[in-house]
Amino acid sequence: MILAAPTGAATLLTELGAILVALALLGRLAARFGISSIPLYLLAGLAVGNGGVVELVTAQDFIETGAQIGVILLLLLLGLEYTGDELTAALRHHSPAGAVDLVLNFTPGLVLGLILGWDIRAALLLGGITYISSSGIIARVLTDLGNTGNRETPVVLAVLVTEDLVMALYLPLMAGLLIGGDAFDIGVEIAVAVTAVVVALGLAIKFGNRISAIVFNRSDENLLLSLLGLALLVAGIAERLQASAAVGAFLVGIALNGPAERAARNVLGPLRDLFAAMFFAFFGLQINPADLPPTLAVALALAVVTAATKLATGWWSARQAGIDWPGRLRAGATLVARGEFSIVIAGIAVADGIEADLGPLAAAYVLTLAICGPLLARAADPLARRINTRDKRARAAT
Amino acid sequence: MTDINETRLPGVGTLHDFVCQSGERIGVISHHAGRREIVLYDADDPDRVSECTSMTPDEAHVLADLLGGTSVTERLHDLRQEIAGLAIDWLPISPQSAYAGKTIADTALRTRTGVTIVALVRGDQPIPAPGPDADLFADDTAVVVGTAAGIDAAARLLSAPAT
Repeated sequence: MILAAPTGAATLLTELGAILVALALLGRLAARFGISSIPLYLLAGLAVGNGGVVELVTAQDFIETGAQIGVILLLLLLGLEYTGDELTAALRHHSPAGAVDLVLNFTPGLVLGLILGWDIRAALLLGGITYISSSGIIARVLTDLGNTGNRETPVVLAVLVTEDLVMALYLPLMAGLLIGGDAFDIGVEIAVAVTAVVVALGLAIKFGNRISAIVFNRSDENLLLSLLGLALLVAGIAERLQASAAVGAFLVGIALNGPAERAARNVLGPLRDLFAAMFFAFFGLQINPADLPPTLAVALALAVVTAATKLATGWWSARQAGIDWPGRLRAGATLVARGEFSIVIAGIAVADGIEADLGPLAAAYVLTLAICGPLLARAADPLARRINTRDKRARAAT
Repeated sequence: MTDINETRLPGVGTLHDFVCQSGERIGVISHHAGRREIVLYDADDPDRVSECTSMTPDEAHVLADLLGGTSVTERLHDLRQEIAGLAIDWLPISPQSAYAGKTIADTALRTRTGVTIVALVRGDQPIPAPGPDADLFADDTAVVVGTAAGIDAAARLLSAPAT
């Protein structure tokens, strides 16, 4: 170093740059093999974190802040995907499927947590992790396989919508439980948070048009600042009310529609990609790779069980919608992938420090299903067709 | 008149599909972002898309023009905007309709569905604010205002064939 001693800024920039380049390379690798980039970002975080191959010195703080913004953007853009009408329609027509999904997929995580002798709250968090499918990975899978037009797809999407709505109540509920205190305090805390979410959801659906009209601006620059500012503000207020920042951002996304929504998706999409990548890496970063192997067997078993329960969910829901068995199989296999939202929930657990084993277990679990889910979805269709032709041949033979 | 199914795909857009005379099912997915997908369904597994083509909005316009469609029906999805519970829509009067050749009063549309015809489009000629004795001809397009449910009812009423 002839020019100057490495200052804090120089280290920060090089570390941050190196991480982003590494994530970019991993993204290309993922695209080449047709898998989701989320598990690779996680692995990257594992590699540079505590006990990893190289350790970051200064970039960690920045990545931590970036990760928080990443969660907010993930949920904001998820909310943008839906209009109030779609949410109410999904609730009206698909609540049975949503209920089956909740019972079948929340239970395995919850039960495992209890078997492991964890605090009930940690077990509830693990239930959330196994419950929620990855909207992001599934949307990609549907497009990649050209399955968007399939008749079972509305069923798959409806299940995802109900999951996201359940999540909007689950997150503030967990936030309330994690604060602790006596039963009365927790009750009040949760009642306030849940009421706030329900009222905000109602307002978002009712006054979405008006809010969108106020926020909309023809200048992309101004729109970006308005939207990001609004989302962070609401997220901050929600966090203050113990209703979880992510849910606040989700509600902002739901309130926006029309031209504001389309423009928002364009200007915020790239930002989301950047900060969400940081979020996944940060989650990996907090986990010591040495903690992973001991949890691996349990994580794999949990993955197998909850892959089966998601298959059953998709199968049952598609059957209710009058879909034949190949479509039921596809619906089930598509729903298996877990990803970003399981990590959001696991992130809460790690930040709270409630159960040391939860982080590594969740990491191994999500890594498995984020990779295997899409592969399973890909395999469902050829499998169905092979069985179909065999059936036909058998029928022709008789 | 072909029966068109409309399916909402939350987070994606809307799927319209119908069965051709040949027995094949074809559908169009209108993505929220404006992209269109044309899908054909598998003969063995009618739930499954066997072929799909993705198109930009411009390409979809070109295809619609080549197929001889009017840009009115093709833009239906965008045009049907709801303003605080109020919807506006463009309803074609098909030659088979029981009301082709009748007057607006004959349809009793406002009494039966709460929907008002605010204009007619005949060829390229708009007829704003038609009176109750205005005639509806085959291939006219009625511009209607009402609730979304009312408009769905009005669309069924206006397309119902003469008995």
